[in-house]
Amino acid sequence: MLDALLQMDCLDLAQAIKAGRVTSLEVTRATLDAIDRYNPTINAYLTVFHELSLDRARDVDRRIEAGQRLGPLAGVPIAIKDNICTTFGPTTCGSRILANFRSPYNATVVDRLLAADAVIVGKTNMDEFAMGSTTENSAFGPTRNPWDRDRAPGGSSGGSAAAVAARMCFAALGSDTGGSIRQPAGFCGVVGLKPTYGRVSRYGLVAYGSSLDQIGPLARSVRDCGLLMNVIAGHDPRDSTSVPGAFAEVEDMLEQLDTPVSGLRIGIVKGALDGADIPVQRSVAQAIDVYRDLGGQVVELQIPALDYAVATYYIIATAEASSNLARYDGVHYGYRSPHARDCLEVYTRSRAEGLGKEVKRRIMLGTYALSSGYYDAYYLKALKVRNVIRQQLSAAFEQCDCILMPIAPTTAFRLGQMVADPLQMYLADVYTIPANLAGIPAISVPAGLDEHGLPIGLQIMAPAFCEGRLLRIARMFEAATGWTGLVPTGLES
Amino acid sequence: MAQGIDRALVRKVASLARLDLTEQEAEEFTGQLGAILDYFNKINLLDTTAVEPLAHCLPLTNCLRDDQVGTCLQPQQALANAPDRDGDFFKVPPILDEEAGP
Repeated sequence: MLDALLQMDCLDLAQAIKAGRVTSLEVTRATLDAIDRYNPTINAYLTVFHELSLDRARDVDRRIEAGQRLGPLAGVPIAIKDNICTTFGPTTCGSRILANFRSPYNATVVDRLLAADAVIVGKTNMDEFAMGSTTENSAFGPTRNPWDRDRAPGGSSGGSAAAVAARMCFAALGSDTGGSIRQPAGFCGVVGLKPTYGRVSRYGLVAYGSSLDQIGPLARSVRDCGLLMNVIAGHDPRDSTSVPGAFAEVEDMLEQLDTPVSGLRIGIVKGALDGADIPVQRSVAQAIDVYRDLGGQVVELQIPALDYAVATYYIIATAEASSNLARYDGVHYGYRSPHARDCLEVYTRSRAEGLGKEVKRRIMLGTYALSSGYYDAYYLKALKVRNVIRQQLSAAFEQCDCILMPIAPTTAFRLGQMVADPLQMYLADVYTIPANLAGIPAISVPAGLDEHGLPIGLQIMAPAFCEGRLLRIARMFEAATGWTGLVPTGLES
Repeated sequence: MAQGIDRALVRKVASLARLDLTEQEAEEFTGQLGAILDYFNKINLLDTTAVEPLAHCLPLTNCLRDDQVGTCLQPQQALANAPDRDGDFFKVPPILDEEAGP
């Protein structure tokens, strides 16, 4: 039997720990037991901090006993995606080139979690440098989906999503450049939020596509996503792209969470569902009914520029990646090829031996799109199309409070299904990419199971800096359906 | 196939990206990059006359801070991950041909 403790949500657990009803040590031990039991097959974690987390749990318990006031995540076991820098343990980004890298500093989000008295139990598996939609591009082996171990958990934050779903932590941080929080959350039946670009500091997040990357929470309830946002969001002077708090519609994401949005206008994009599988289409139709029953009104939208989103995204993201990943040169840190005979070969061979195939493919695409003679036709053109996409989305939000979409055209892929054809894998990101291009917040909420018993995710998008309202809208759906918090059927086998 | 993506172009881009490709990778990438770039070309169907390029979505311009002395990495921290070092320096193989001289 799954330990009942592990079924609690972060908010209840932190309160129980603070009130002395349960100790952080008990909870952390139960979490580590779950990791020992499931991780050998699921491979959600690349590093587990056994000793460190028990020490930290004891410290939390000691301070509570001494009557100290603790932070909002007091004693709660949390996991961190392995592209987020920690001074403890390696930060590998799922890459051979950083297999032994140890960060000299913590990411701001890590400092904030620690200041909130969370217990960080480990670093989670991911597609190498967050490039991929299956977590199969990890240099350290794929993560398996807790709902069906022959399937991928999605990606690139597949380790974080699988760890949250399989009760190997209470919540996790991921990063989302083109859907990397929301799609694995959808495939694993958990809640995943990509915040507005600039809402959460990227200091200490290893860069992939800098104008698109954003850190966000994966959790088992909408409420816990709000709780984690309260901890990690806010201005950081160390990240010049992080925005002052005044831009945010609300600072406290929990205050009004249970107050439904009255007069809710739900946007549906005409033709957007055409490419999705029937169960996915059905789940969106059911979601529309749920909101109608709650008094919502449906608005049909025309956003024709969305047809260009995938091409635009893959030009911009790979261009930024080719520039960002130039730093992996075998000189200052990371893997250096023992076969290099001169300085140029230190670069070319270290990169050849240290980077995986998908990363090389994207570096090649981005280098091409930025190269002399092709820059205007690809990169510059894509930046203009990005502007059109953003303008059309802004115009759409004049008519509605949020937009409903699937997370992906299908439920979880079979392992190996996407390996041979990269373009097919890119095309499956069609629903998640627009939010990154426009810099707006979007959430994945569980919306039932398909005929194979696999989770389906519903995506809700909102205007920039409206996370508070987005979470309230997601909470309405969660409260009406009860699809969140489901335990994977395969967990006990 | 788009813009005549051939093996020579793939080799040229790899050299710009400082990537050694195996023969097999070069062959695989030639086909895949051609197909992906073909797909990318679809953005040309959208008229973007008079549209400004959008580099980021932030409501911010010119983020400046006061020029204040702060803490930064100590040399030992900065060198801790170095693949090779010589005292306080990162060490690499010779950059210049010894016979050619500086």
